[in-house]
Amino acid sequence: MEFLLEFPALGRRTLSGMKQAVDETFKAFSRTYGEALENFFDPLLQFLIWLEKLLLAAPWPIILLIVGGLSWLGSRSWKVTIGAVAAFVVIGIFDMWEDTMATLAIISVATLVCIVVGIPLGVLMSRSDRTQGIITPILDVMQTIPSFVYLIPVVMLLGIGKVPGLLAVCIYALPPIVRLTNLGIRLVDKDVLEAADAFGASPRQKLLGVQVPLALPNIFAGINQTIMMALSMVVIASMIGVKGLGVPVLRAISNQYLALGLMNGLAIVALAIIFDRVTQSYGKRLQAYRQGHGND
Amino acid sequence: MTETKVSIKNLYKIFGKSPEKMLPLVQKGLSKSDLLDQHNHVLGIDNVSLEIPEKQIQVVMGLSGSGKSTLIRHINRLIEPTGGEILIDGEDVLAMSETQLRELRRKKTSMVFQKFGLLPHRRIGENVAYGLNIQGVPDDEATKRARHWIDRVGLTGYEDHYPGQLSGGMQQRVGLARALATDAEILLMDEAFSALDPLIRFDMQSILLELQEELHKTIIFITHDLDEALRLGENIAILRDGSMIQQGDAQEIVLKPADDYIADFTKDINRAKVIQLRALAKPVAIFDGPTLRGATVLDEALSPLAQAPDQTVGVVNRAGELLGAVTLTDAIEALHG
Repeated sequence: MEFLLEFPALGRRTLSGMKQAVDETFKAFSRTYGEALENFFDPLLQFLIWLEKLLLAAPWPIILLIVGGLSWLGSRSWKVTIGAVAAFVVIGIFDMWEDTMATLAIISVATLVCIVVGIPLGVLMSRSDRTQGIITPILDVMQTIPSFVYLIPVVMLLGIGKVPGLLAVCIYALPPIVRLTNLGIRLVDKDVLEAADAFGASPRQKLLGVQVPLALPNIFAGINQTIMMALSMVVIASMIGVKGLGVPVLRAISNQYLALGLMNGLAIVALAIIFDRVTQSYGKRLQAYRQGHGND
Repeated sequence: MTETKVSIKNLYKIFGKSPEKMLPLVQKGLSKSDLLDQHNHVLGIDNVSLEIPEKQIQVVMGLSGSGKSTLIRHINRLIEPTGGEILIDGEDVLAMSETQLRELRRKKTSMVFQKFGLLPHRRIGENVAYGLNIQGVPDDEATKRARHWIDRVGLTGYEDHYPGQLSGGMQQRVGLARALATDAEILLMDEAFSALDPLIRFDMQSILLELQEELHKTIIFITHDLDEALRLGENIAILRDGSMIQQGDAQEIVLKPADDYIADFTKDINRAKVIQLRALAKPVAIFDGPTLRGATVLDEALSPLAQAPDQTVGVVNRAGELLGAVTLTDAIEALHG
């Protein structure tokens, strides 16, 4: 009877032995390779520090001008542009300028890393069903595993700081761009590809001249999602030493400062809305050619 | 008379898991339906041989599922055959490496598609220049040549439009211009005009015939429309269920259908506009009286025939040599089939 009521689990000793073995192995690994990994990520760290310093050192009117200019270039809409500049003005008035710049820096670098890694990965995935079969479950795990769980090995390997924070953000934000690049390329019209084949296009010419351009709206939707997910990681990243809007939020949680939490939270939301509107309308403009008329 | 440009010999295409194993069975005479029932493989092309002469329009006709679109894709190897041979200018297409095949597709063949296959993100000018870009022709040269062909198909001024902004007929003109721009000797046209409505289809046929008069390309034209086949085709091949059932010119197809299937096909066409006097001419040693050219269709020949003495005319070829004579009775009988 007892056998049925209690699940026949492994003994406590066996289990703790196994856990210890895993921990020890990983610790040994991190002792051996930790420094090499840190060196590997050093250029990224330098870039992130440089961008953060640049954003902080630049006079605020110039930043406002750049924000307005980029919003206009992306969206070609006065509403979005004025909204973006106004949001930054309000952020500045409420004294969140420096944290916002730090957050902007890490989000930009994380998005850049995701694009550089994610698009080639998506292309690779679209090439063969087998690769897709291998990568898809990995992406699923990356998206569903609680962030705190992968923070443990990242922190064990690289300690606390900007780079582990960046890695944590990238792990969470990478999947959408990979998925949507893959999907976009797979959705390209077979008839158009056949035409490219019939004219003797090489695989490279097909990829760069037909598949990627036609997948671009989808790829852009992926970039948009990646930015959104990166922003949602800001608070968690601040737990392992990333500066920015997440730090005051974290402080607000532990001290029950409602106003502080709300203000910084809303600043993150404002950034998200600006990024979203600008990238979305840019993505829409990329498919202007689809809006045909005079079809019969 | 003319050289063979493309030669297809004993071509087989079997779709399924292990086509190579099925090939010997099919070659021994296993039928299409037995192959499907017993082995779950589909016979796409069944022992087709076709000699396509250069500088002429070869029409391949058949209903949907007859394998005609599969057949044309074998010529530039968009589809790999299961067995057989394909020679272009005597060169074995099946023995070509990836690079040689790409070269063939770039320089020697070009293709027009039923669904146009235009690149929606490129403007009309860029679409027409596509084949040239692929070949690595410098941009300004490619643009110049593209413009020439855009003018020739009557789309001057549309260079900067996107395909989505054009009607179906105009899109297919772009498809035609794109195929012509590479100066390929062989033009593969897969149901190129089938998606267009009848009036525009007729216009496109006229454009093609007009261009062909000066370009003299080897054109392989796939269609399911007999009127189109008779209008365009100097040679017509008819496919059914993947096998070739008749080859010949329009006269032979209409006057001597190989079986009931083809006779059924030709039943509804306007015979007066297809049958030419040369097909009816009975040899005579000498003939003095009115003569007509051999290429005259019955529609135009009937009233001269009725007015001629004895209701008989002589038939002469382009050079004026006598081919034979035709009576009004012959003509009327031919009309009734």
